[in-house]
Amino acid sequence: MTTSTGEAVAFWILGPIGLAGGLGMVFSRNAVHSALWLVLTMLSLGGLYMVQSAPFLGFTQIIVYTGAIMMLFVFVLMMVGRDASDSVVEVLRGQRVAAAVLGIGFAALLLGAVANSVVVPLAVGPAPGSNVGSLGLLIYQRYLLAFELTSALIITGALGAMVYTFAGRAKAKVITQRERVTQRLQGPLEKFGSRSGPGVFATGDSVATPALLPDGSVAPESLSAIIEATARERLGHATELAHAGDEHDRHARDHEPHHESHQESGRPQSEIQGSQA
Amino acid sequence: MSPTNYLLLSALLFSIGTVGVLVRRNAIVVFMCIELMLNAVNLSLVTFARINGSLDGQVMAFFVMVVAAAEVVVGLSIIMSIFRARRTASVDDANLLKY
Repeated sequence: MTTSTGEAVAFWILGPIGLAGGLGMVFSRNAVHSALWLVLTMLSLGGLYMVQSAPFLGFTQIIVYTGAIMMLFVFVLMMVGRDASDSVVEVLRGQRVAAAVLGIGFAALLLGAVANSVVVPLAVGPAPGSNVGSLGLLIYQRYLLAFELTSALIITGALGAMVYTFAGRAKAKVITQRERVTQRLQGPLEKFGSRSGPGVFATGDSVATPALLPDGSVAPESLSAIIEATARERLGHATELAHAGDEHDRHARDHEPHHESHQESGRPQSEIQGSQA
Repeated sequence: MSPTNYLLLSALLFSIGTVGVLVRRNAIVVFMCIELMLNAVNLSLVTFARINGSLDGQVMAFFVMVVAAAEVVVGLSIIMSIFRARRTASVDDANLLKY
């Protein structure tokens, strides 16, 4: 049985491409390059399937292998090992040389065995019927049990992947927003912010609360120019402002996250907002 | 051209995959080499089906593809969990069971 000329041409084009892809995958340092070389090999193998009167397998090869499996590989590579190119250090001394010798010997053995033992019958026609239809009949009649087992295998694989991916993550307790706010207000942030310095009459330790001079007027040096709550035009309400800060201080000591905070309450409001963000 | 050439190509690809498994240290690349070996076997199965004029070999190749898909999913998730635990994808660094 000899093949047609067109098939020979396709083989001598696609075969070396596939071989080059395999060699490139083994010898390229970058893992992403390896994946792309492997995609080349798989594409050429799909072409070879189609040439060998197996169009269903050819398309399945291209769709499933290069489309799905290699995409999965590239996904994981981008997440895990993109910059982890192989180290040049040999952990076992002479391992690469030994592997190369073993590989060449193995290849010679396989090639010799195949070339010497495979007997190609003189003339065997292609299988009758259309390829896809005959394959479907075979899969759903003679190999039905194996096909069902395959579905069980795939479901098990999907479940296993989910278990591996979410292992250890499901135990983490979900913290609600309220618990998080309470934690922050009771944690190291409780004493956050600076108290007023000695000699300054202040009713609150917020930077938005202006300090009062001994006569009750607002000390202009204590006003921050960049905080909106202490804009100059609001200075007239300094007394009310101070009282508001007083009240707000009492609230803050209760550690209760309250949402109807005053506009002047600089510290806890910003904290609550920060925790909500 | 005899169809045996396909088998020889398949043998060569399988050997390349074997050498890759032995040489490479990145777990994902090792895994890709295993995929290459599976593909080589698929090629030989398809060629045998053609030589014998029956479709059983193609059905076997189809099943190999399905099993390979499931294997890839589980294997990659194992690699991901190892990476999450040990921050590495190298097969040399996963040596907790060594001594």
